[in-house]
Amino acid sequence: MTVTLEPAIHGDRVSLLRVLGPAHVWALGVGIVLVGEFTGWNFAADKGGALAALIVCWVVGLLYTSVAMIDSEVTSTVAAAGGQYAQAKHIVGPLMAFNVALFLVFAYTMLEVSDAILLGDTIVAKAGVEGLTHNSFIAATIVVLAWLNYRGVLMTLNVNFVITAIAYISIVILFFSVSPWTQGAVLKLNELVTPGNALPYGWIGVIAAFQFGIWYYLGIEGTTQAAEEVRSPARSLPYGTMAGMITLLIAAAMTWYVCASMMPWEYLGITYYPLWDAGKLTGSPLLENLLFVATLLAALASANGCINDAARAWFSLGRDRYLPTWFSAVHPRYRTPYRSILFLLPIALAFAFIADLNQAITFSILSGVLQYTFMSINIIMFRKKWPLGSIRRGYTHPFHPIPAIVLFSLCVVTFFAIFLGFGSQLIAMVAFYFLISLWFHFYRYKFVRRGDQFTMPWPKPQGY
Amino acid sequence: MWTLLSYACWGISIVLALWMLYDWFKVDTTFSEEVLTSSREGELEAASEKHRI
Repeated sequence: MTVTLEPAIHGDRVSLLRVLGPAHVWALGVGIVLVGEFTGWNFAADKGGALAALIVCWVVGLLYTSVAMIDSEVTSTVAAAGGQYAQAKHIVGPLMAFNVALFLVFAYTMLEVSDAILLGDTIVAKAGVEGLTHNSFIAATIVVLAWLNYRGVLMTLNVNFVITAIAYISIVILFFSVSPWTQGAVLKLNELVTPGNALPYGWIGVIAAFQFGIWYYLGIEGTTQAAEEVRSPARSLPYGTMAGMITLLIAAAMTWYVCASMMPWEYLGITYYPLWDAGKLTGSPLLENLLFVATLLAALASANGCINDAARAWFSLGRDRYLPTWFSAVHPRYRTPYRSILFLLPIALAFAFIADLNQAITFSILSGVLQYTFMSINIIMFRKKWPLGSIRRGYTHPFHPIPAIVLFSLCVVTFFAIFLGFGSQLIAMVAFYFLISLWFHFYRYKFVRRGDQFTMPWPKPQGY
Repeated sequence: MWTLLSYACWGISIVLALWMLYDWFKVDTTFSEEVLTSSREGELEAASEKHRI
């Protein structure tokens, strides 16, 4: 496919470019998430043991399947950059939308920061050179990916597709290399996970493990940010998101099985590189190097998708005057929200240089779970205001309202788990969103053109 | 080798950051603010795009 890059101005308008297909949506969603298999999920084992990490793999999988189903229905109808922000604006209201956009920007920027730190630390660990720091690798990760995003969404997500696929295939290769059908040769699950140590802290350990179980799938909802750049949003977004979720469920199950069968939970729960370590433990230099490269690629893919998504959420805020309209500029040649990309670049660099990995991850997870809680309420309101048959939907999720109830209940459990581990950060974050909401309500909202922000050609909602 | 790679990373970062700043300046001085911020939510313009598949 070739795309002409002359300054493309139609009449008076410069808009984002509609060039993406379902594979790009998959690459965006899975690309953001897959790094969680290479690091992050395993800290659940530290909280509750190896079996707790498996239980949360499935239960949090249920949470994210609900997220994917709900998101697919709403996004196939509200196909606009900003994703959940645009959904909240049309379905709940401006204050909720402003908060949701901030959840998105924080979740993706902090995840980008975490990815860059992980990539830098992985290279430093591999090099083993005294005095070598991760700063140069962090800077290169963030700046090169920002440059890629600046130059166009098609190349950005083509790159993401390739590197995500390589990282994913490496997990499959590792899985089949350790003879998963035979216990005792390489894998020793029955020796490492016994009735005596499977749940060392009991069921409260399983609850505590939710905090890091989120890492198996954190970010799959990012597919919706591509809504304004896919050729057929009603088809591509549900297809790409659901395919991504299925892919991740398989990857999560394979990752847990291999890692829990090769490492005791005490080590698995504290290592930063569970899959790379598994590659080392096979004794094969080829697998070790493959998993090292795959760890780097997964971190790159995640950071790349995060820059894409955070910039679009920020851009959408500017376009609706929730922030200065300066941020809503689109590059006339590359058709990207270039000012938003450039604005968020130094912020990500600053956090990556001063924050540590745990803090960045916690802020990302907190913002993500706040967003999922909103989604459960959002779908109930959406179905109530615009029942089936009242507007055209690209996808209708089944069993409503069960997914919304499951999602809300699991979000409450996850908040409790985060409170157990990072209570002060949780309170600080909620206080921040409360104060910024006051600023928006009493100061910023007067600049918003109230009639212009609702763009969907829908009938009046029921009850209004 | 790793130390050289580290220096290369700094170099690439500086070059690309400067290029983006230069391009930003060039675009902002070539096009009017009205044109640059003219994107509107919900506009479907696939039919008018200049891309060939």
